[in-house]
Amino acid sequence: MRNLFLFLWKYNFFLLFLFMESLCVYLVIRNNNFQHASVLNSANKMAASIQSVVNSITEYINLRTENDALARENSALRSFIPDATYLDSVQRRFMNDTLYKQQYTFMTARVINNSINRRNNYLTLNKGSKHGVVPEMGVVCSGGIVGIVKDVSENFCTVISFLHKDAKISARVKKNDYIGSMVWEGFDASAGNLKEIARHVNVQKGDTVVTSSFSAIFPEGIVIGTVSEVDKNTSDNFYNIKVRLSTQFGSLSHVYIISNLLKGEQRQLESAQNNDR
Amino acid sequence: MIVKILQNSFRFFFLILIQVWVLNHVQWNGYVNPYIYILFILLLPIETPKWLVLLLGFFLGVVLDMFSNTGGMHAAATVFMAFARPGVLRLIAPRDGYESETRLSAWSLGFKWFFTYVVIMVLLHHLVYFYLEVFRFSEFFMTFAKAMLNSAITVVLILSAHYLFSRQQGVKNEYFKR
Repeated sequence: MRNLFLFLWKYNFFLLFLFMESLCVYLVIRNNNFQHASVLNSANKMAASIQSVVNSITEYINLRTENDALARENSALRSFIPDATYLDSVQRRFMNDTLYKQQYTFMTARVINNSINRRNNYLTLNKGSKHGVVPEMGVVCSGGIVGIVKDVSENFCTVISFLHKDAKISARVKKNDYIGSMVWEGFDASAGNLKEIARHVNVQKGDTVVTSSFSAIFPEGIVIGTVSEVDKNTSDNFYNIKVRLSTQFGSLSHVYIISNLLKGEQRQLESAQNNDR
Repeated sequence: MIVKILQNSFRFFFLILIQVWVLNHVQWNGYVNPYIYILFILLLPIETPKWLVLLLGFFLGVVLDMFSNTGGMHAAATVFMAFARPGVLRLIAPRDGYESETRLSAWSLGFKWFFTYVVIMVLLHHLVYFYLEVFRFSEFFMTFAKAMLNSAITVVLILSAHYLFSRQQGVKNEYFKR
């Protein structure tokens, strides 16, 4: 026993280092795991309030462009309201009432922290469990997709940005409906990569890429970006497609959190098949 | 003693605020994000107990992790750096050792010494941090390049901050007279 204490005392510095380093690595691994809530996140009150100071300043500076974007979006939305359309049959009104049930609801939120310069980027939004946000909700903006909610506190939530090594979003080429998945390979915040599109498919520069219907997180048909480069010279049977993202990740300010009212049902049904495998 | 504690706690908060409010928003095509906050560990007085350096390093890293959603990566890197500090100080010690109560600065120990010290420590921190951030070996060389580029920028920032803000004690402006 005495020797043990002597040993501990002799190497106290190294042992303390080992203990703290393993604590850190534990935190990192826990944070990398999507299923676990991370311990250190900017959704806590102090960090969020300090960051919102910076944010209110930058937001004021960007007010003009933000107003323009909102006005553009307003004008686009105005064209969809009933007053702006010509109702050509009674049938349609009927369908609106009973055939189309609400599947997605959108909640607006403000971005109070955002980064694009790391390999794994996160956002913090000013909506939390108080407003009904739960993990794994999708986040979009008027330009395109943004990310997926990770941790939720009472008033804030953190979002895994699409600019993250683990972000993988099911996507399809709009003109011919081929399904692939979008990932981000780092460095350039304005470009992503579309994977798993076979080489026989006709894909050209300028084609639009949208979200597919496979995901329970994003509604179908939200614009992700346009194809900017198609590389056939790959060793496998798939293209290497570069996509110019339509979301301006560097200047996000107002975003929408999507909740899928039927997600529970879809997940439950699909998990029954997973057990089968 | 009290003065040193106050000085260092002020430096702690100042560096955290600069890092969170300014440098975390520096964006240059996703390649560059300088980390100047480690200057706090670099400038701790030489007589600080080793275990205290470790604890302070951990605390500094955890605070930064909280602000930047990195969940322990900064803490791991700063703890490693704090662990390496006594060894690095021994490695690059002047021929006749450190005098007691020497300030770790470019004025008391010379620019060459300070530069070597900063470069070694920044490299240790950045390599650990960037490899932890990527956490996979398939991007090995890209990560290495990123760590090197960022280290260079951090070293330049740390040296300029040191010359701008650290005041010389004792003989004033000796550096500029030379």
